[in-house]
Amino acid sequence: MNTATVIAVDGVVFASWLFLVSVGLTLIYGVLRILNIAHGSFYALGAYTGAVLVLRYVEGDRWPPGSLAMLGLAAVLVGAVIGPAVERGVLRRIYGREQVLQLLVTFALFLIFEDAVKLIWGPSPYYAYRPYAMLGQVTIGAVAYSRYSLVLAGTALLAGVCLWTLVNRSRFGRLLVAVIHDPEISAALGVNLPRVHALAFSLGTTLAALGGAFTAPMISVVPGIAVEVIVVAFAVVVVGGLGSLEGAAVGALLIGLVRSAAVHLFPAVELFTIYVVMAAVLLVRPQGLFARGEARRI
Amino acid sequence: MVPTRGGTARARGGRWTLPVLLVLVLSGAVRPVVAAAPAPGAVKVGIVTFLSGAAAAPFGIPARNAAEVLVDELNAGRVPAPYNKVGINGVPIRTVVVDEAGGADKQVAEFRRLILDERVDLVIGYISSADCLAVAPVAEELRALLVMFDCGTNQIFEERRYRYVFRTHGHQILDNVGAARYVLRQKSAVATIAGINQNYAWGQDSWTTFRDSMRKLKADVRVLAEQFPRLFAGEYSAELSALLAARPDVIHTSFWGGDLESFLIQGLPRGIYAQSLLVLTTGDTVLPRLGRDMPPGVVIGARGPHGALAPDVPLNRWFKQAYTARFGTRPVYPSYHMSQALLGVKAAYEKAAARGGWPTKEQLIAAFEGLTFETPSGTIRMALGGGHQAVEPVAYGVTGRYNTALKEFELTRVITFPAECVNPPEGVKSADWIAQGFPGARCP
Repeated sequence: MNTATVIAVDGVVFASWLFLVSVGLTLIYGVLRILNIAHGSFYALGAYTGAVLVLRYVEGDRWPPGSLAMLGLAAVLVGAVIGPAVERGVLRRIYGREQVLQLLVTFALFLIFEDAVKLIWGPSPYYAYRPYAMLGQVTIGAVAYSRYSLVLAGTALLAGVCLWTLVNRSRFGRLLVAVIHDPEISAALGVNLPRVHALAFSLGTTLAALGGAFTAPMISVVPGIAVEVIVVAFAVVVVGGLGSLEGAAVGALLIGLVRSAAVHLFPAVELFTIYVVMAAVLLVRPQGLFARGEARRI
Repeated sequence: MVPTRGGTARARGGRWTLPVLLVLVLSGAVRPVVAAAPAPGAVKVGIVTFLSGAAAAPFGIPARNAAEVLVDELNAGRVPAPYNKVGINGVPIRTVVVDEAGGADKQVAEFRRLILDERVDLVIGYISSADCLAVAPVAEELRALLVMFDCGTNQIFEERRYRYVFRTHGHQILDNVGAARYVLRQKSAVATIAGINQNYAWGQDSWTTFRDSMRKLKADVRVLAEQFPRLFAGEYSAELSALLAARPDVIHTSFWGGDLESFLIQGLPRGIYAQSLLVLTTGDTVLPRLGRDMPPGVVIGARGPHGALAPDVPLNRWFKQAYTARFGTRPVYPSYHMSQALLGVKAAYEKAAARGGWPTKEQLIAAFEGLTFETPSGTIRMALGGGHQAVEPVAYGVTGRYNTALKEFELTRVITFPAECVNPPEGVKSADWIAQGFPGARCP
């Protein structure tokens, strides 16, 4: 029972992280039909910006919980500045082109961002762990957890609920759905397509940066973190079904729980768990768990 | 054919020539005339270390920095004795620095380029064991001198013999045998151990050596958990829970760089150090980085007597001062490994040159084999692998009091285990040595 509790808590904590780092990827694919390899770069930009803001903030001996707000601010900054710039400057030119070209362009963006990160922040690591350490611990099932893990889980839940409400219950969401299903008819009906694209991409970027910013206090922020995250993010959205928000949530939870069980029960196979879950799901449903069927145009 | 009389007479006269010449040569009256090679304009050294990627900040850059400061100071003749001769035997050192990132295939190509196009006299390189294993046979094939400066695998000289390859620091066996011996000196009642190590050769080999050494030294030690997260995973929440739930007396990790720091950042607030004795075999690199946030009572290693565990000798005091003055932070163990490689090469060249003239590659190799030389980490002996593999002592300590001037924790209860205590004897494979219960080990 105790082990089961610990497995469940660890699984949910890891799933929260997975959801945060992958949900933006699925959103961007859902709306723009672009597999954004540079997603990991936005995660890294969020992590660096978050780390720098937190370090500046704690230097001034300010109210400690305010450092958590710095993480949110970092995500919004990256999303609001870099997101529209990349969408307007680069992606707009490749909508509707062959997928291989889109992949190459986003891969090029990824490489450029890798060097930009090194140019701006240098090769030395940043430690912004005050938000992680300040919250203290809480004991669940006889194991001490950092309360920050609960903050992470709460942030993922909040992000998920807000995004779901936005897509399913707002006017912007209805426009998104219309654009996803038929961009041409939507445009003909007066939907401002470039604006919807820019907003959707920026939102995806903000979510990637949010994942990075909230991860920053748990890790040493170093060059190379972008590439690590892109693999797991792709695994989650492929399991969930490309373009599906619910899929990202269920995919993250599935991978999180299986990995956590492996760590506690069969640590030797932990390395393969993500790929095992991916292979198992794709064998049964090659399109992923929640992929919607697409109407074929005649 | 019958010899002619004249021919016999010449032979009779020649009977004395060789012994007389030999006596004269041995007495020093006549020196055989060998054309001494002229000294070159510079000794060109290829330096290969990580300048990008995850291993750059904690390892590659500190090693590059050490090379930079040492080469400059050597060329200026400012390094204390026995290295006070300018450059190498009066010849300045020039370096060509190459990034180690990109994998083993790329490094093989880079090595060929350094030797064949750049025409370097030798290459000092490699942090990654995979790169060392890939490049060593190529050095042999090209008959090019390679001095490995940081990679940890014990396979290199235990699996085959090399003529052109040297390694001027100890391999991973000393880290983990030393860690096991240290743990038992600190906590003789250890009953349970656990490990968290990266899931590739370095992590697996380090853990196996530590675990097997512990069991050999104390038969009733039980293993409670063996965690192997992937390299650069960064997130260890579940692994930490498993370790906290298992409650072992000792937790061993050979994590390095960003992984080690992330592990500590996540583990320390969860009280992992209070519950178990944490053993960090590469912990030296995090001391200046985490500063006050390291807790007391954590076992710290430096893969030899380096960094915070380096001996208080004049050469070390000079090295620390020169490095810190230039880079604003103290040298960590990869910096010390680099200094060993450079000073070993200089010592070998100068030993070979002492015979007169600039040494040939063969003479240099002969001088390097079995060489004993001084470094900031103390005396290094090329004692294994037919004189090509160094042995060195290993030191461990425990974080004690925070030193506000140094801005890092001081290490207390430091024990230095001599090389004979933590390295297998020549000709014995490390795994066999541990399995047989460390035959021939001489420990204090």
